[in-house]
Amino acid sequence: MTEAKRLQSTDRPSEKGFSRYLASLRYALYVITHPFDGFWDLNREKRGSLAAANTMLFLFLLTYVLKLMYTNFQFIMVPIQYINVYQRMASLALPFLVLCLANWALTTLFDGKGRFKDIYIGMCYALTPYVLIQLPCILLSHVLAYDEADFYSVLISFSEIWCGFLVFVALMEIHDFGPGKTLISIVATVIGAMVILFLVMVFFSLLSDAFSFFASLYKEVRFRLS
Amino acid sequence: MRKNQKVLLILLALLLLPQCAGAVTDGTASVYTYNFDYWGEIMESPDAYRVDETITSVTLGLDTPMNAPQSLYVNGERLYVVDRGNNRILELTRESETFSLVRIIDRVARAEPETFNNPNDIAADQEGNLYVADTNNNRVIVMDRELNYIKSFTKPTDSTFDQNAEFLPSKLVVDSAGRVFVNATNVNKGLVKYEADGTFAGFIGANKVTYNMWDYIWKKFFSTKEQREQMASFVPTEYKNIYIDKDGFIYATNINFSEGDLLGDAAHPIRRLNSLGNDILIKNDRYPPIGDLYWSEGLAVNDYHGPSKLYDITVLDNDIYVAVDRMRGRVFGYDSQGIMLWAFGTRGSAENSFNGAVSIEHMGKDLIVLDEFTARVTVFKPTEYGNLIYQASELYLNGEYDESAVTWKEIQKLNANYTLSYIGIGRAQMRQNDFSGAMENFKKAYSRVNFSKAYRYYRQEWMEKNILWVALALLVLVAFFAGRGFIRKKKWEVEAHDRSKALTKH
Repeated sequence: MTEAKRLQSTDRPSEKGFSRYLASLRYALYVITHPFDGFWDLNREKRGSLAAANTMLFLFLLTYVLKLMYTNFQFIMVPIQYINVYQRMASLALPFLVLCLANWALTTLFDGKGRFKDIYIGMCYALTPYVLIQLPCILLSHVLAYDEADFYSVLISFSEIWCGFLVFVALMEIHDFGPGKTLISIVATVIGAMVILFLVMVFFSLLSDAFSFFASLYKEVRFRLS
Repeated sequence: MRKNQKVLLILLALLLLPQCAGAVTDGTASVYTYNFDYWGEIMESPDAYRVDETITSVTLGLDTPMNAPQSLYVNGERLYVVDRGNNRILELTRESETFSLVRIIDRVARAEPETFNNPNDIAADQEGNLYVADTNNNRVIVMDRELNYIKSFTKPTDSTFDQNAEFLPSKLVVDSAGRVFVNATNVNKGLVKYEADGTFAGFIGANKVTYNMWDYIWKKFFSTKEQREQMASFVPTEYKNIYIDKDGFIYATNINFSEGDLLGDAAHPIRRLNSLGNDILIKNDRYPPIGDLYWSEGLAVNDYHGPSKLYDITVLDNDIYVAVDRMRGRVFGYDSQGIMLWAFGTRGSAENSFNGAVSIEHMGKDLIVLDEFTARVTVFKPTEYGNLIYQASELYLNGEYDESAVTWKEIQKLNANYTLSYIGIGRAQMRQNDFSGAMENFKKAYSRVNFSKAYRYYRQEWMEKNILWVALALLVLVAFFAGRGFIRKKKWEVEAHDRSKALTKH
């Protein structure tokens, strides 16, 4: 690490407003290259911000959709006529949020240090490599031919593995867990997310049952009265 | 509160939405001729074949009407119909585009016995001798043109043939050397092969045993003996029908498989067997040749569920093979690369539909389909569209690429959704070095491999044209980064200098 970079990385967030936002966004670059330091300081030193995290999540969803729409058909074949952009975005964003929620719910029980906001910000920052690598990959896909697909797929898998690693480290640092405990908490989180989904579904199905009950009751009463 | 109510209402509306959406039909019920696009969607297309003539007992002037006819066989201008229920074979001939009865074959002179018992198939060799699969007489009987008995192929005495089982030949083909291949009921070792002199020469092309792991475990460890006996045993099944093409390859269809195998392309409902009995069918399409890709007709009244049951197959002289599906009364045409050219037909009693399609044959490019329930033979002639498809693919196979592109363009005028035409035109464009045009057409056909080939040439061409600009751009980029690094370094040196000055001051 050069001296210049070290100085830059340990600068305290003294700026305010928009420049603070930009600094926290730029901090994502530091986080993905120095995850252990980066995630530790992310919330404890207030180097990250909610606004930057939201931006990152939005960029992630945007990248995903752009990838589906504009990647050369040689690499990703999607039935473009059926794609609903908002639905695709929601199908990523909702599980993301549910997983964050489940992780918060579980780690709160098991001495996790992170608050929900911390987890959310950490997870969003962990998505940075996806945006950084896959967005240029869209352009790359228009330069490569099908038999050179290996270059493309290596980059894609690399970004995904990197993201996965960052998620792991982020959870470790945010909650101050060891690697083993983090692994267990991740498995538990996935199960927890399923439980949440199940409860939501049960709730709505009961709600619709109740609704139809009252609807038929109303119909019956009207029928009797008329 | 107000806001919460709104949210709740929206959620409720979302819940109820799918129930209001109404019945979805897949459209097949109203489509007669169609094709699949890249996504497997049904694309309605112009008719490739139309009915030219229907042959019934009435048009032939038969005293006893046909009863459950089973098989068709074409030899030159002669068409044979195996009228199983009446133990006879009808020989028809085509004169000035209509079929008329020549004779009824119901006995073979000097044979023992002379009559047929439940005949199921007929074939002819190059001398014109007729071979009949006389199922319940346990023989394949051979006769000359004048119906004199020559010989018969009976149950092999070889020990590889189960001597306790009855020999029930159901389908047969004869190759150019007079060898006979017989598909026999309840023989699961493959086709029974006889040399021309009548000696048994073994089995070829056995159907593989198919079962899944779960079934096996369930049967082996979790079932009682009684349950096991109730269950189907894991034995291979015989073929449904066979056809021998002009090169001596046997096309076989198979209707016994699990739906899961079919989806994973493990079932091979259509096979092309070489002399060793291996399947060498070429499948270069996205979907293997399995007939229909949609197995449910939606909510229609005539709800035939399940994969296509290909009861018979015939191979045209241009290596295009056509299979008939009894399930939905459809005919599927595939080219030698396994790409579907068209599918047409439906269930019903109109003249262009079938109730129990069991056999298909061809005479030139005309298709002849036999319906066992209505005892009717339907002759289809290719339309202009159908002929253009044949013409284009034949021109292409002969290496006349430019002419085939012209034909493909004609086809596009009739059916702009015809995927194969875009590939055909693209290939011709590639030969004319029009790479960007070829790319556009290959992209429309979703053909990755072809697109990639065209693109590589295009990229090379572009590079050669613009090499100067590319080099210049690279140079500018390198200069920019080098310059930036240099400036940053200087800046930092100045800062560090200032800092050290400040430090020494204190």
